[in-house]
Amino acid sequence: MRGQPSLCDVLTPRSLDEALSLRAACPEARPLAGGTDLMVPFAAGRLPDRLFLNLWGLEELRGITVSEDEVTLGALTLFREVAAHPLLQREFPNLVRSAKVTGALAIQSRGSLGGNIANGSPAADTPPSLLAYGADLELSSLRGARWVPYAGFHTGYKCSLLASDELITRIRLSRSREGGFHYFRKVGTRQAQAIAKVSLAAWGRVAGGRLQELRLALGSVAPMPIRATGTEGILLGQPVTELPFEAAHQALQADISPIDDLRSSARFRRRVAGNLLLEMLRGLGPA
Amino acid sequence: MSSPKILLKLTVNGESRQALVHPMARLLDVIREDLGLTGTKEGCGEGECGACSVILDGSLVNACLIPAIQVQGASLRTVEGLAGTDLSPLQEAFLHHGGAQCGFCTPGMLVAGTHLLEMEAVHDEAGAREGLAGNLCRCTGYVKIVDALLAAGEGRP
Ligand SMILES: Cc1cc2nc3c(=O)[nH]c(=O)nc-3n(C[C@H](O)[C@H](O)[C@H](O)COP(=O)(O)OP(=O)(O)OC[C@H]3O[C@@H](n4cnc5c(N)ncnc54)[C@H](O)[C@@H]3O)c2cc1C
Ligand code: FES
Ligand code: FES
Repeated sequence: MRGQPSLCDVLTPRSLDEALSLRAACPEARPLAGGTDLMVPFAAGRLPDRLFLNLWGLEELRGITVSEDEVTLGALTLFREVAAHPLLQREFPNLVRSAKVTGALAIQSRGSLGGNIANGSPAADTPPSLLAYGADLELSSLRGARWVPYAGFHTGYKCSLLASDELITRIRLSRSREGGFHYFRKVGTRQAQAIAKVSLAAWGRVAGGRLQELRLALGSVAPMPIRATGTEGILLGQPVTELPFEAAHQALQADISPIDDLRSSARFRRRVAGNLLLEMLRGLGPA
Repeated sequence: MSSPKILLKLTVNGESRQALVHPMARLLDVIREDLGLTGTKEGCGEGECGACSVILDGSLVNACLIPAIQVQGASLRTVEGLAGTDLSPLQEAFLHHGGAQCGFCTPGMLVAGTHLLEMEAVHDEAGAREGLAGNLCRCTGYVKIVDALLAAGEGRP
């Protein structure tokens, strides 16, 4: 290992309040949740941080709470817990499927939703599902807690609304998904342990033969996980028997801005994103 | 300047153990260097290969990705803890089916396989393969490893 544990120290708060005080007093302390993102560059000696804020033991950040209208997940909710939750399996299948394709079992036992979001990778697996379900995030600091729509959270490549004294504390999903449809597909090199080349998650509702609600989100096709709002606009209100496939496909190409990198090419990503959209739309038409 | 060390107290394979380590030391290095248990291997050091698989408070984890500070007071099982006076049924099945060649992945495969059997997650070949998806083997082509896991799951040699 090239990382230098002997030069690093860790602050371990016993409560969320203490964590927020430490966050305000030492903004240079890097929050550390399950470590499945951070420990890789740390061990390789590529992480500049020398001080860490250990969130792992904070009970306030754990747990999945269900009320009549909402499901609230602590930022430290693990992929394994999402995958095993019966209500999430029933009502938020995209989130469950995206958790199940994140890494393999040992990563799912340790990786958290808050870490997946905060890490800000454009290729992260749960963000498109969270965007498709219209999630909100709770950001907390000593100044108080604020809820923000997740759709506006990422502001650019590895940039977000999170202030230097804030932590992501909770994720909220609103229920009432009856009659809705769910679509999720991740395309990678292999099923387990592979970072997405493209992923697409959608949630929508058809009523009176028309597409009345639709949220369409993608990973690995822009500097951050994105909603394809132009495409949504073309499709909303259209009769499901005559969906404008061609116009939607074109709008999607304008919504995304993929690049060539070591995992794939921009051309491949455009093509696959388009194919996933068409697959999703075909699933909506008459059987 | 060196950071202060912590006195780490762990239950390892049922025994109380202690080690004086840096808080960001990797659990993998604590196990191999401070506890002297070298069955747990380092393949990639980045969570991809599963050679460092251990069972931490009942969860399967990669020891290369966990800092020491996060395992204070935890209960740990490594490959050294799988056999009693006799080999475990999974270890016997690995011998019987030829599940090891060079053997480097074997401790991780045995630990992950043991966890899957204890979770009752091995029902068929697809389940066995999915459960072992985080454990890479460069030698066997996986068939004999999967055969061994399925055999142990069905309680046959
Ligand atoms: C082998 C391997 C395979 C992987 N496969 C996938 C995959 O298929 N799909 C995928 O999406 N990801 C994958 N990952 C990445 C990683 O597992 C996930 O991003 C995971 O969700 C990170 O969560 P964590 O709790 O481990 O975060 P950590 O590593 O602890 O932290 C990640 C980042 O988030 C910050 N952070 C954590 N929690 C908070 C908080 N509450 N508030 C503010 N900031 C916070 C940290 O400071 C850090 O910047 C993989 C990683 C490995 C090693
Ligand atoms: S050494 Fe830990 S997963 Fe490869
Ligand atoms: S037996 Fe050699 S890596 Fe698996």
